[in-house]
Amino acid sequence: MAAPSTSTPASAATSTPTSATATAVTTTYGPLSLSRADGRTAVRLARPAASGVLRPRLVAVCAVMAAATFAVFCLGIALGDYPIGIAEVVPALWGSGDPGSLFIVRELRLPRALVGLLAGVAFGISGAVFQTMTRNPLASPDMIGITAGAQTAVVAGIVLGFGAGLGSQVLGLFGGLATALVIYLLAWKGGTSGYRIILVGIGVSWLCSSATDYLLARARLAEAGQALGWLVGNLNGRSFDQARPLALAMAALVPVALALGRVTRTLQLGDEIASGLGVPVQRTRLALMITAVGLVAFATAAAGPIVFVALAAPQIAQRLANLAWPPPLASGLTGALTVLSADLIGRQLLPETELPVGVVTGVLGAPFLLWLLGRANRTDSGG
Amino acid sequence: MTNRLRVASTGTATPPSSVPTSTAPADGPATGKPAPRAAPGRRGLHPARRPVLLGASLCVLALLCALSIAIGSRSIPLDQVLRVLIHRDDGDVEAIVWGLRVPRTLLGLLAGAALGLAGTIMQTLTRNPLADPGLLGVSAGATLAVVLSVSAFGLTSLYGYIWFAFAGAMAASVLVYLLGATGRSGATPVKLALAGVGVTALLGSLTSAIALTDPGALDRYRYWSAGSIAGRDGSLVAQAAPFILAGVVLALTLAPGLNSLALGDDVAAALGRRVGLIRLQGAVAVTVLTGGAVAVAGPLVFIGLVVPHATRMIAGTDHRWLLPTSMVLASCLILAADVTGRVVARPQEINVGIIVAFLGAPFFVMLVRRRRLAEL
Repeated sequence: MAAPSTSTPASAATSTPTSATATAVTTTYGPLSLSRADGRTAVRLARPAASGVLRPRLVAVCAVMAAATFAVFCLGIALGDYPIGIAEVVPALWGSGDPGSLFIVRELRLPRALVGLLAGVAFGISGAVFQTMTRNPLASPDMIGITAGAQTAVVAGIVLGFGAGLGSQVLGLFGGLATALVIYLLAWKGGTSGYRIILVGIGVSWLCSSATDYLLARARLAEAGQALGWLVGNLNGRSFDQARPLALAMAALVPVALALGRVTRTLQLGDEIASGLGVPVQRTRLALMITAVGLVAFATAAAGPIVFVALAAPQIAQRLANLAWPPPLASGLTGALTVLSADLIGRQLLPETELPVGVVTGVLGAPFLLWLLGRANRTDSGG
Repeated sequence: MTNRLRVASTGTATPPSSVPTSTAPADGPATGKPAPRAAPGRRGLHPARRPVLLGASLCVLALLCALSIAIGSRSIPLDQVLRVLIHRDDGDVEAIVWGLRVPRTLLGLLAGAALGLAGTIMQTLTRNPLADPGLLGVSAGATLAVVLSVSAFGLTSLYGYIWFAFAGAMAASVLVYLLGATGRSGATPVKLALAGVGVTALLGSLTSAIALTDPGALDRYRYWSAGSIAGRDGSLVAQAAPFILAGVVLALTLAPGLNSLALGDDVAAALGRRVGLIRLQGAVAVTVLTGGAVAVAGPLVFIGLVVPHATRMIAGTDHRWLLPTSMVLASCLILAADVTGRVVARPQEINVGIIVAFLGAPFFVMLVRRRRLAEL
């Protein structure tokens, strides 16, 4: 790791302040000022007071991901039993076109695509928040029990038949939120630590997944099939009933998650350093937990626990943007792209079975992550 | 720009802060006490008590073995059980004791030992608390192979499954290790963990796809995937035992190496350890142990995730004691769960994988709350 060739620029990077004062070039456009120093561009805004480092590669990754997501979104709406030209899709989204295709686009196909898009963004962002907060690339809502709680609630609903009026969406939502609350309370001991949240999450996740196994084993085969279909994540037959609550929740939670991104990275330095830098550690962690759990609970309720997206999307985005932490926005867009393309491929590849999207995300996302990992290995920039 | 970022993120001597290998103490601000890192025996028991703990857990294990042979769905008086154990005469009782209860007890012992050891090694190798014995893709490979064997080859007997499961486990772990170990720095913890997660997700998705499209495979898969040590034949135990015993030897001889590795790769290398070799031996041990356990008992990987944590909290971080103690405690947990599963729902039985969670998870959460945590 510590090859001599890399240690020299690293020491140059630490001496940035002195060299920056010598070489910084500052350009001002009204309230906005850009200063270039040492290969980085810093942005300062006078009012409201804000500053940050401009990362062209991250911006490029976000732009490419957004464009690709939009393209797959439209393609997913265009393709189906009744194909609609992709040129008609975009106007139809805004409500112009002939009534037939307008109905198909806006009433039948748009909800499914929207649920996929929003759930993908939610999974990606919540995964990024969890991984940064716990400083663990394996931490995702899937791994620490929140998804497992939602699964248990829904499978119990299907197998035991209770709460049939509520539907899997409400059950999944309450299951996920209740599990998160239990994990947080159990991990609380005059404060929490990321490590203890992980360990308690493992225990709770174990209990929940065993309960799910038990319910599956005592279920009738048809119920087990239905439950397993939901367990792997499924976008079949979604309507605005699923899309609306998810959209509302995300309108509230995504801005919070993005705004907390900077504090999250300070928290990544460790609790002592973060509190030394003036971050209220416990309050920040609670806010991050609520945001990430809310995102993942609403997304799981709408689309089922689509496996692997929350874990892989942040890692893929981090490697594409070449950063040391998973960037939230790029992770969300990567998640959306993964879910939408997985849905499209599952529909087109095996149209008669309508393979659930959760099955395809693993097949699609895992090789890509492994390829990125292999590429990082060759250039030896670490894992 | 790009170059600078890469240097900033990974070029320094310590690992980047996004990886779990950073050595910051876990519990500092929460408990107000600084948690110094991993001097063996700093936490948990006084060093002199560790043999006592190991001895006590061995006694508990012996007691559980006796209970496992004495108790079952059909109540047989104790003196009859004893007589049959000593003189193998024909009859129902002999068939139940020697044909069902003894193999089952042995299987519980073997599976527990294997998973306890494999989990401990995996967590130290990847330095990640979320690492379980299945992280190398072993159990996902075995599961896919079992589902394939049912779906594509129409196998129905467990004798068919075990070799399929074992072959799947081996293939998956070789793939993970190759993916994680390429490159100049070799198999670093983060690379191994991510490669394992990727392969596991890929194989898991394929398994779900087959199970969803083939009702026959789904029916077998859902019972197998809950994990059980019941209804296995004595010859199955005999087939799996050599693998697991070889794995146990490989694992226990690894203890000093793992102690050094826990201090970090650089320190271990400076102490004269061959880091790559330790990792390879660890990976082989984990594969053989988990492959053997999963092939006979189904994916009970949660035991291998939780028992090492619990043992580390009680017995401290010295692998010379941690490895044997978690091996014995995992066997205890499986046997206790198995006996409980036979008793609570008489005359039916509940899968050991399910009971073990309901026994183990509350205890584990209580331990996490009680103890100061020894971070990996």
